[in-house]
Amino acid sequence: MLLVPCPNCGPRNASDFAYGGESHVRPNPNQATPEEWRSYLYMEDNPAGWLKETWYCRSGCRRFFTVERNTATNEFREHPIPGTKLGGKA
Amino acid sequence: MSNSMRLPAQPGEVIDRSRRIDIKWNGKKLSGFDGDTIASALVANEVRVVSRSMKYHRPRGYLTADFWDPNGFVQVGDDPNVRSGHRLIEKGMTVDPQNVWPSLDYDVKAANGLVGRFLTAGFYYKTFIKPQRLWPVYEKVLARFAPGGVVDLDTPHGLYDKRYAHPDVVVAGGGPAGMAAAIAAAEAGSKVMLVEHEHHLGGHLLWGSAEDRALAAELTAAVETAGVEVLLNSTVTGRYEDNWVAIAQRSHPQAIERLVKARAKMLVVAPGLIERPYVFAGNDKPGVMLSGAVRRMVNMYAAKPGSRAVVFTGNGDGDAAASDLERAGIEVARIVDARNGENILAAHGPAKSMDSVELADGTKVEADLLVTAVGWTAPTSLLNMAGDRPSYDANAARFFPNSPIDHVLSTGGIAGDGSHEELIEHAVATGRLAAARAAAIGHRLQAATRRAASVDGEAPAFAADDRPILPRDPHPELFRSTTHGIVDYSEDVGSKDLMAAAAEGYDSVELLKRFTTATMGPSQGKLETVNTVAVLGEARGETIEEVGTTVWRPPYAPITLGALGGRIHEPARVSSIQPWHEANGVTPILAGAWIRPEHYGNPESEVRNTRANVGITDVTPLGKLDLQGPDVPKLLSQLYTNKWMQLPVGSVRYGIMCAEDGVVLDDGVTGRLGDEHYLMTTTSSGAASIWEWAENWLQTEHPDWKVHVTPVTTGLTSINVAGPKSRELVSRLVAHAGDGAIDLDGEAFKYMQVRQGTIAGVPNCIMWRIGFTGELSFELHVPSGHGLHVWEALLEAGKDLGVRAFGLEAQRIMRLEKGHFIVGQDTDGLTKAPSTGMTSLIKLDKEDFAGKAELAWAMDTPLPVVVGIQTVDPLIVPAEASQIVREGTNEILGRITSSRMSPTLRRSVCLGQVAPESAAAGTELTVVLTTGERIKARVMEHHAHFDPEGARLRG
Repeated sequence: MLLVPCPNCGPRNASDFAYGGESHVRPNPNQATPEEWRSYLYMEDNPAGWLKETWYCRSGCRRFFTVERNTATNEFREHPIPGTKLGGKA
Repeated sequence: MSNSMRLPAQPGEVIDRSRRIDIKWNGKKLSGFDGDTIASALVANEVRVVSRSMKYHRPRGYLTADFWDPNGFVQVGDDPNVRSGHRLIEKGMTVDPQNVWPSLDYDVKAANGLVGRFLTAGFYYKTFIKPQRLWPVYEKVLARFAPGGVVDLDTPHGLYDKRYAHPDVVVAGGGPAGMAAAIAAAEAGSKVMLVEHEHHLGGHLLWGSAEDRALAAELTAAVETAGVEVLLNSTVTGRYEDNWVAIAQRSHPQAIERLVKARAKMLVVAPGLIERPYVFAGNDKPGVMLSGAVRRMVNMYAAKPGSRAVVFTGNGDGDAAASDLERAGIEVARIVDARNGENILAAHGPAKSMDSVELADGTKVEADLLVTAVGWTAPTSLLNMAGDRPSYDANAARFFPNSPIDHVLSTGGIAGDGSHEELIEHAVATGRLAAARAAAIGHRLQAATRRAASVDGEAPAFAADDRPILPRDPHPELFRSTTHGIVDYSEDVGSKDLMAAAAEGYDSVELLKRFTTATMGPSQGKLETVNTVAVLGEARGETIEEVGTTVWRPPYAPITLGALGGRIHEPARVSSIQPWHEANGVTPILAGAWIRPEHYGNPESEVRNTRANVGITDVTPLGKLDLQGPDVPKLLSQLYTNKWMQLPVGSVRYGIMCAEDGVVLDDGVTGRLGDEHYLMTTTSSGAASIWEWAENWLQTEHPDWKVHVTPVTTGLTSINVAGPKSRELVSRLVAHAGDGAIDLDGEAFKYMQVRQGTIAGVPNCIMWRIGFTGELSFELHVPSGHGLHVWEALLEAGKDLGVRAFGLEAQRIMRLEKGHFIVGQDTDGLTKAPSTGMTSLIKLDKEDFAGKAELAWAMDTPLPVVVGIQTVDPLIVPAEASQIVREGTNEILGRITSSRMSPTLRRSVCLGQVAPESAAAGTELTVVLTTGERIKARVMEHHAHFDPEGARLRG
């Protein structure tokens, strides 16, 4: 099981977290076209490599945080701006 | 015949002859000794046939006589598929052969062998495809031919358990290399867990020479001295991400099996080597055994596997087997040395035994035992799971680890050959390297944990791998003779089948595997993978390296479902009123994590009493979030579709929440208790997820908003007091003067308002007027320590008013009479907010709220509509989820989402979702009942079937 680096609690089992998916900037709901909005909701970049993603420390400090993970190696590195975006889906 | 094939005491035997153990085999009593496996006890009692093969039902005897023996599956009591080469005998054990009918000696299905040429690889695929309507028949017939024991459905659930461990180093394999690595790592300061598959530490040393056994004893003692934790009869079944190591522990004193989840900083893989069978005609006859099996039987268990042996050897282990047999007084009729180009062609004999061996030079040697020693399979499974793709070395005739992995090291036979000294030296270096790297990893992990004790100094460097390189002994490539034989014993797949499949075009190893099922049986490739690849190579005219191999996946050895499940541990939530419910004839219902009262005997009567007098119900599972801070209105505006910026103190409001795709997520009531203090209620099932949803918006999108969200679902006991006499009842319990007084007058405390005060002497209670049941009602939220007291006080004070408790079912009937939809029942994962008919609650003139963009577009889109529905025949209650179709067709227009017989209206009432063109009031609908009968129903003007104007709840 993957160890996920929570900025508060340290590396913990992935089962302690909820996965928030890829981090994208939420479009302005008053200006976005349906295509832009649905791309934000449903489309993933799914790269084989570095990916910015959101995790929620559900069984620990209950913080949402953003990290970068290499999807090919599962290596993590810190993302400079903590907590930047919303998962989009509930 | 007891112990008739038991040899005199052997120097390395592991049985205790002073402790006789009687067991039953196939209905007959036989005896062995403490320390015997089922296999050694059977062999010592002259049992040569233990099973029938899966497809052809050929008689089979022991081949490897260990955990991996494909012929050794037996039924032990109610436990099927027990590996008899591994399981130790116990007093009173009942062991039976499986996959035999009517008996082991006379098996009807052995006739399959005669028609074997029709049962070739792919037979099932080709034969039972058409016609499809016969599939159930095929299944019935084939099920009787399927292997496996008998499952007893009445077997009690025993204790299975789990353990979480955090060792620095896990060593998989307790042979000499594993032990030496474990000792070295422990001496270097690591916390080490050593996991051994078998019942003793020592690996192959246990059936080796006196010198081998002395080394095993020395290492075993050193393991203990070094403080290594040893798990015997336990298997590392898998290595997962970040060295998460799964261990099936079969040796726990209480648990039948325990799953140890170890987060190992370093994993050392030292499983040794698995001996490979040889492919030739008759290679599955009882009496054909591998050299390791024979040596285990003779040296560890003093059991005599035969009387006259031929030994076919290509290595030192075969030579040692020959000398072990001679030492034990078993005649070795002939040694066939593959290193001199000698070969065997076939084992001959009647159905259930072997009487001669045919050699390549044409001679036939009489023998009842044929020992083969043709080389090794490297069990690289754990390395595969860590990403390694082993490569084949033709000179050594086996696979080797290919690429270095930072956190996983291999040592012992899997890594190379050499003398004991060389192998131990390599293992010690491996243990030290593992310890050094584990220290570096531990330092990094602790430094990454902000709240852990701070770590001193710089992180130690990640140690480089400077271990000595082990030599590789040359070994002849011995896979198949010039005759055909069995390749996969557990799946009954022969070399001829593989070649035929390759000729048919299934000539890549992965295709061949799936088509023939070779390597897919219980031995999972441990014995047969390399032979499969070699035979395919022959068919393709290519080398093993060119053919490639399949990838080993977890689990390395089977693990019981019981161990994966662990203890039965399903905690349920109950409210503080639960003792009263239980004492008063409740019928409970499990709703999510909660045990709730469904009713107390008669839900219809509970409804009638509530409508006529007053009823109280326990609604504690309602999700409750305490919201505090200056920016709560902003948060509420963001979460709900309606407006919240102007909610006065003392008021409550209903709202709907949507996800960003516009689909209804939750609904509920939120009240403003003070300037910066609110209480939000959510659906019971949404209690946890809406908390996260709120935190998500606060932490990621609006970190500048000042709001504290605290879940108080279980901190408050919630009681709904409903009915025309509810005000009278509540007024008897609230304080009327002083601190905590509440004025219940209809003008002072209106519908959709909230008050705080003292109820039944309990201060700090919250009470609001809402109307889920459609009646005048007061919802009380009291500190849960006093919940039961307030509940009992209500019942006591309201005796003369006719107060009675009602349950979830009565509540659901009343809400349906009143037409309130339930999120998740009357809506689904596609129901957008406008479908609920609550369009007045969608305020698109707000700057932003969750789901706004989609809802703006949805307003102009025809969507399914939630409507009130009544059947024309008032006595028919269509089942929930009954389909609504276009008349005379099967075109689906919608479905019934809720339905009940209304005790109030004495007729059936429904909610449903229908297509927009069928949503107008008065539209006639066709509903298909579960019986297939079609009935008529009508769309109603309102969701509410009862009191649509709401006169009662405003009273």
